Amino acid sequence: MPDVTMRIWRGDSTGGDFTNYTMPAVEGEVVLDMVHRIQAGPAPDLACRWNCKAGKCGSCSAEINGMPRLMCMTRMEDLPTEEPVIIAPMKTFPIIRDLVTDVSFNYAMARQLPPLALRPADGPDGTYRMQQMDVERGQELRKCIECFLCMNVCHVIRDHEENKAHYAGPRMFIRYMELESHPLDTNDRRELLRQRMGLGLCNITKCCTEVCPEHIKITDNAIIPLKERVVSGSYDPVAWLGRKILRRTKRSAAEAAADAPAQHTPTSEDRLERQTVPATR
Amino acid sequence: MSTIEDAKPVPVTLGGVRGGPAGARTLRRDPWWRSPTITFVFLTAFVVYSAWAVFQNADYYVGIAQHRDLISPFYSPCIMGSCVAGAHGTFLVLHWWTITPALFALSVPAGFRSTCYYYRKAYYRSFWQSPPGCAVADGHARYSGETRFPLILQNLHRYFWVLALVWNVILTIDAVMAFRLPGDGGIGVSVGTLVLVANATLLWLYSLSCHACRHLCGGHVDQFSKAPIRHRLWKIATPLNERHMQFAWASLIMVALADLYVRLVAAGWIHDPKLF
Repeated sequence: MPDVTMRIWRGDSTGGDFTNYTMPAVEGEVVLDMVHRIQAGPAPDLACRWNCKAGKCGSCSAEINGMPRLMCMTRMEDLPTEEPVIIAPMKTFPIIRDLVTDVSFNYAMARQLPPLALRPADGPDGTYRMQQMDVERGQELRKCIECFLCMNVCHVIRDHEENKAHYAGPRMFIRYMELESHPLDTNDRRELLRQRMGLGLCNITKCCTEVCPEHIKITDNAIIPLKERVVSGSYDPVAWLGRKILRRTKRSAAEAAADAPAQHTPTSEDRLERQTVPATR
Repeated sequence: MSTIEDAKPVPVTLGGVRGGPAGARTLRRDPWWRSPTITFVFLTAFVVYSAWAVFQNADYYVGIAQHRDLISPFYSPCIMGSCVAGAHGTFLVLHWWTITPALFALSVPAGFRSTCYYYRKAYYRSFWQSPPGCAVADGHARYSGETRFPLILQNLHRYFWVLALVWNVILTIDAVMAFRLPGDGGIGVSVGTLVLVANATLLWLYSLSCHACRHLCGGHVDQFSKAPIRHRLWKIATPLNERHMQFAWASLIMVALADLYVRLVAAGWIHDPKLF
């Protein structure tokens, strides 16, 4: 089989550039196999985060020929090899080294999320009764492997760093929807989503859905349903009147917001992790 | 009691050095520009054609003189004083309206489609370049999404959806009336009948596959077992919703073709053949 040139970003926070590695092609390989062979050969100091090599741990996210993808799930035979295959780190997050980025922004946003607040138990023994139809909608949302490709591709923060301060992002919107539609939950996160988590910043261009390796319909089944719930809560006078007449409400937005455990310093653990990585090649 | 302002702000570190080449718009090599370009061309063509058709204010109704009862969907409901004789049936309401009736008739469909979740994606990508493609830098220095006026009005989509259902009923009545062939057998089917039936059918499919419809049918329910009818409606709306983009394009093209067909027949360019 012919040789393949891999054009891989090498560098850290002080700068970097692409370096070409020409390797013999091997049938059936994925991009991560090529990266491992490069580590075993010409570039043993190439930094790359990976774990399961089965598309389930969400560690090996990168940009392959410009598209955010998992390296372990991208087959070499599916890429045009007449030109070098470009592998770059995820653009939205700060670089640590080579293909490794600091994704602690996502954990900071996760810590903001008001947790499940259970309604009173169904039985006197403190247990709940749930039907299949109640649990099946959330199954898709729980498939998320936290590869953060959706966060990486989202132009709201990819092209506008300043929005990170007030934008939960598609991965967290999945989690918000999972909890908001949970049959046992009593929290109401709609005002938090509208005012502080930037749901209105999303303009539903569906790139998160396009890159999701778990094929979660993030836009259709998480973001748009959340937007519609926010419309009911804040922009729809008929829905407001209905709630008043029927006296139906979840917990208030203020109560839900007050539950957001935002006290943690989000990047401390990851700063430690960054320090353990050798600073230069 | 705590207020939302009491919750601590999001503690994130901004401005970290990013990897990859600085200043590159995209590293993609595939023809990512193809889809937004096609969308741009088709939407522009539709807007140009509909603007032209709206201000023609003629040739939108094929009446008894040609043994048909066909009205262009661009001009229905036609309830103004400026409507041609026969086009308004018995529902002449807005006597004071003297400009083209199409401005009224298209106001609701225009509002419904411009706030539609699919079309938002389409025109944000192809017209606003925000972003033009996935992992392609958007064309704006600042970005506030749909949080401010005028884009915050996108939240009115569900109201346009309700109005669009009323319009669908009217266009369905138009399609039923198209089975009338006065002076040509009374009742029958012509090509024009099929065109208006296809137009009404696609508009229903587009409206019922809407994301707001899916939410109102049952998407707002947390515990489906307590709302079995809404769960059933949601289960019907969901597969339709998965094809919302296809219905959006099919209905858009069909409504333009229906207007063109009626226009050509009304102007005498072609004859509307009776099938049976």
